[in-house]
Amino acid sequence: MKSDFAVEFHNVTKIFPTPEGSTVTAVDHVSLEIKHGEFFSFLGPSGCGKTTSLRMMAGFEWPTSGEVIINGKEMGHTPPYQRPVNTVFQSYALFQHMTVFQNIAFGLEMEKVPKVEINRRVGEALEMVKLGSMGRRKPKQLSGGQQQRIALARALVKRPEVLLLDEPLGALDLKLRKEMQLELKALQEQVGITFIYVTHDQEEALTMSNRIAVMSKGKALQIGGAVEIYERPNCRFVADFIGETNFLTGVIKTLTRDRVTVLLNSLNQEISGIPQGELLVGKAVAVSIRPEKVRLADDDGKEVRDLRGTENLLSGKVVTTAYIGSDTRVVLDLGASLRMRAWEQNSISTLDPNAYYSAGDAVRIFIPVENTLVLPEDVL
Amino acid sequence: MTSAQESGRPAKQSLVRTLRENRVVQGLLLIAPADIYLVLLVVLPLLLVAGLSFLSRGEYGQIVFKFNPGNYARLFDAIYGKIMMFSIGVGVGTTVLCLLIGYPVAYYLARASARTRSLLLFLILLPFWTNFIIRIYAWMMILRSGGFLDSILMGLHITKGPLNILYTPTAVMIGMVYEFLPFMVLPLYTSLEKVENSLLEAAADLGAPPWRAFLRVTLPLSVPGMIAGTILTFIPAMGMFVVSNLLGGAKTILIGNVIQNQFLTARDWPFGAAASMVLMLLTMVFTLYYTRKAGFGEELLI
Repeated sequence: MKSDFAVEFHNVTKIFPTPEGSTVTAVDHVSLEIKHGEFFSFLGPSGCGKTTSLRMMAGFEWPTSGEVIINGKEMGHTPPYQRPVNTVFQSYALFQHMTVFQNIAFGLEMEKVPKVEINRRVGEALEMVKLGSMGRRKPKQLSGGQQQRIALARALVKRPEVLLLDEPLGALDLKLRKEMQLELKALQEQVGITFIYVTHDQEEALTMSNRIAVMSKGKALQIGGAVEIYERPNCRFVADFIGETNFLTGVIKTLTRDRVTVLLNSLNQEISGIPQGELLVGKAVAVSIRPEKVRLADDDGKEVRDLRGTENLLSGKVVTTAYIGSDTRVVLDLGASLRMRAWEQNSISTLDPNAYYSAGDAVRIFIPVENTLVLPEDVL
Repeated sequence: MTSAQESGRPAKQSLVRTLRENRVVQGLLLIAPADIYLVLLVVLPLLLVAGLSFLSRGEYGQIVFKFNPGNYARLFDAIYGKIMMFSIGVGVGTTVLCLLIGYPVAYYLARASARTRSLLLFLILLPFWTNFIIRIYAWMMILRSGGFLDSILMGLHITKGPLNILYTPTAVMIGMVYEFLPFMVLPLYTSLEKVENSLLEAAADLGAPPWRAFLRVTLPLSVPGMIAGTILTFIPAMGMFVVSNLLGGAKTILIGNVIQNQFLTARDWPFGAAASMVLMLLTMVFTLYYTRKAGFGEELLI
């Protein structure tokens, strides 16, 4: 009987001793539930606890406290070789003394699968990763991308409940990585196995995942879909880590359920936005504004745009601009040595230099309320 | 002016250029010190011994320049055949025992923390600080009747009387294994240390309990170390005479003792030389056959 979730963490904590005699909390009271067939990513900078979380699922580490549940069964100290999960390692960890075929057959031999079936399933696995003719080679004779596929085939041939992938594309070059991202995603949809993916590459996580857990310092700060964590981050770290953003700081003046007004520090101006996370009137907050969501207009009305009302209207001066094709990246000076980045999409094709902003231009800056997120300052 | 300067020292320039650009000259110069050393101290003596093995012994033990292939014929005597077989047995036995004892040690070393590891490596090399012969005398003290070993075993009431190990083949094996163990442990350690932990994790992940992971992953990957250690142990073990001399007494004679006796006691240098040549040939055939089958352990270098 299948349980509701493929993997559950109940208040999982992992503490490592350090050689100096102190301790390090790698994973700090993490609770989460991963559904069957989901492509779930752990995203965060190095040392955030994402790999340790994965290793606790694989059984290479045991939680200091809390429960790791796979397919409804509490794993406790179950060793890796008795868990219904398989891992694709960052270093691939291929057996260099075996052929590609033997590498993939290894897991099936451990299960005592009959020889005929091993031959058939390994053949299928090789076809699946498009290495049909490579079975008799040694892993060292293959390219990095091919080795990566062998590692994938070796894990998938076991038909695990859950496939764990620890930065599997980290060693590949950019172009190959993008190809493999799409292939992995297609493969996951094809085999329907739950994929749990660890990466520090936000684009990778956003491209492939159904849901993402953004981790920092052992904590899962936010768990949600790509749109949710980008458009509605729940704290300063997530807004900062996913994509680019401008931060202004201030103090909350008024607060309702769906609207908050902040008095910006050093500008003596109010800005309204959407409240995210836990906020209190009078508390210091961070206001996050994505550069592509800032709208600009010339101060002299040279280019008139529909700037609804006067709310969230700031003024500033262009410091530098960089034309990068799809858009022009503008750095603005808001006064009081506050800077803001704005990306203006180049939606009209023209060679006229007046159509683009240039250094020294005085501009009006409009930030729609729904594009203004008010977040608690991190208290980590 | 420039052209005058250039033509002024053409010889020097071309020498510098040759040194800089000619790879063959570079190679010859780089291996020259080792070459000179080997030719003077290995190749020449070897040729001398080879030549000597076809000469005759004079009445007073001097060398007589008379061609005499009989030195080799004498080696087919049953007594020498027996000694040769026994020597091979001791050589193989030493190698196998070193492998069996050394493997767990090397495995532990490879898995130990960096600090423990350097301490243990230091301890393994420590005996080399003391002269080999003195260490073998120490073993005589340990193994002789009523020696350290006997007093400990009898003190603990494990044995009733002295074991009388000294001057037996057992004592020789103990001394040989003691002497050659580091030569087995070090190459084994080098190859085991290269077995990454992630490979064992991968094996476990794919369903292999620890012992199967060992048999299927660790053991095959340590084969280069086993081969290197075997060669480093077997070849010198075949020529060993000090250990058998001191610990084996008159009863345990190896081919090494035969050769030593011919040179020092019997003063029959031509016969000793012939025995040396045969020993060398046999060891070479043995090693060649072995390395042909298993390789030189050259993977260790990668």
